[in-house]
Amino acid sequence: MQTNSFFNTLLADSGARWFLGCLLALVTLVPILNGLVSQDSVLHIPTYAVSLMGKYLCFALLALSLDLVWGYCGILSLGHGAFFALGGYAFGMHLMREIGERGVYGHPVLPDFMVFLNWENLPWYWWGFDSFIFSILMVLLIPGLLALVFGWFAFRSRVTGVYLSIITQALTYALMLAFFLNELGFGGNNGLTDFKDVLGIEIQADSTRRGLFIISALALAGGFVLCRWLLKTHYGKVLLAVRDAESRSRFLGYRTANYKLFAFVVAAMLAGLAGALYVPQVGIINPGEFSPLNSIEIVIWVAVGGRGTLYGAALGAIVVNLAKTWFTGAMPELWLFVLGGMFVVVTVLLPRGIVGIQFYRDKLFQHRLKTPLKPSGSESSS
Amino acid sequence: MNQPVLAYGEKILNESILYLDGVTVTFDGFRALNNLSILLEHGELRAIIGPNGAGKTTMMDVITGKIRPDQGDVFYHNQTINLATLDESEIAQLGIGRKFQKPTVFEQQSISDNLYLALKANRGIWAALSFKPSRTQQELVEQVLERIRLIERQNDPAGSLSHGQKQWLEIGMLLVQDAQLLLVDEPAAGMTDSETEQTAELLQEISGTKSVMVVEHDMEFVKALDCRVSVLHEGSVLAEGTHSEVQSNATVIEVYLGR
Repeated sequence: MQTNSFFNTLLADSGARWFLGCLLALVTLVPILNGLVSQDSVLHIPTYAVSLMGKYLCFALLALSLDLVWGYCGILSLGHGAFFALGGYAFGMHLMREIGERGVYGHPVLPDFMVFLNWENLPWYWWGFDSFIFSILMVLLIPGLLALVFGWFAFRSRVTGVYLSIITQALTYALMLAFFLNELGFGGNNGLTDFKDVLGIEIQADSTRRGLFIISALALAGGFVLCRWLLKTHYGKVLLAVRDAESRSRFLGYRTANYKLFAFVVAAMLAGLAGALYVPQVGIINPGEFSPLNSIEIVIWVAVGGRGTLYGAALGAIVVNLAKTWFTGAMPELWLFVLGGMFVVVTVLLPRGIVGIQFYRDKLFQHRLKTPLKPSGSESSS
Repeated sequence: MNQPVLAYGEKILNESILYLDGVTVTFDGFRALNNLSILLEHGELRAIIGPNGAGKTTMMDVITGKIRPDQGDVFYHNQTINLATLDESEIAQLGIGRKFQKPTVFEQQSISDNLYLALKANRGIWAALSFKPSRTQQELVEQVLERIRLIERQNDPAGSLSHGQKQWLEIGMLLVQDAQLLLVDEPAAGMTDSETEQTAELLQEISGTKSVMVVEHDMEFVKALDCRVSVLHEGSVLAEGTHSEVQSNATVIEVYLGR
């Protein structure tokens, strides 16, 4: 309850300690092994691998943000990828403006795809994206605003459960169709690409890649600590109360819709940040990121890792994406079966995901019948 | 049709904590409440009895804002506040607390956290983010924990409690909530005889400073409450009086007790 002891309680939890420890190790080791160790050494990490890991960390942050609403608030968003993609587009727009005259058509202001469409002027909604600060604000505000408006209507009308999941899915699908349109001014189905610089530094340079990797890891750690703090406050307790017995919480005088809305907006902003860090590392953002399948995959990451622990979600994102990278390289036709299989196995056999291993072991050996499912990170059994 | 059934004087009307007049609620043609009128004075303890389907829980739902009445008035606090226009959380913030028939506590959270969730405080998000219980609030929670005999188990998850203990925890939540009007639905269900007796004592103690409305099936318990009794039947009040008066009422015996 006391905020001054927040970091003590944070580090008292072994899962959180491991998680933050691993991130710290990654942040220090990966840049050293990439930048300082000679390329001939077996320990050398090539730059493409640094970016790949950076991408995984962005996915981990995205999964963490979904876990905040799904694991702690019971909102199963099947459109969480929309917030990620919007954050990505917002930062992509900034990167497009940074290209300046170096585009194929050499236009000083307009991005290539606008010149190609014979547009004369920059649309008003592209104004301001030449500023880095403005773009970062938009990375947070645009997903946050969408979540605010969407959530306001959904939670006020008391849409819950499957119905809510379906309309979140519809939301991301609608956005995908919209972003495919050339007339919308976001590059149509090609999206935004051919980035050159970020903050005046060459985006392809090894040092930039390392920097982006470090920022991604710090963003993940920051998102984790922020969510943990939120959940530790009285607000977090109310959030759990709303998850477990929403109507009861109303009879205690809590405006549950507002409590859910706040978590939803925070989660959307974190997802937007993850998208913004993802785009410079993969070099492209296109409407495919809005596809409903992507959003469903995020749910699978969280389920595989373990819902309601935050670090479980992050771990799940990394594990599933490692598997994806390997399978889509080695036997691409099998990947979707493996993904579906993982989800089935986790749902049926491992309801607490990978991080619940301790729990399954206890259950197997001690046949503890009445351990309540306790998804908050405070598992005393570990 | 909308005239108060009960012959209360104007003075008492203005001293009511709760005043229902001509309340009708219909579900798919079924009249769950049929022109129900009832009045509760400040500090009164009132028992509501009635067979299944008499509308007891529906009445609680109407008072707490879960259901809006099709017709009739629901007034709180000397007829100054119209409850029919407010939602659940607004009504709860006015000081109307409810204990449910099936005990609903937050099972995954600790017993003391359950009380802190119910504790009277600003219910806004920003207040919740920075909430830190004051010395007095901590003492209040401890007192209540003591009173509901759960002080030793305060850090256990509420889901680990027995049915009777959950009932007590819910009553404890009403106490820390500092509700002015307590709606208590079947508090004695699942309790042993001695627990039932203690519950009756506790409710008697609470009334006086607060108003309490108890819905109960257990006639022994109602007798132990030793208070005014309203008998509900088919959505309206059939009879009202002391326990013995009600028990000797011929119509009441016919529809309820005699079965």
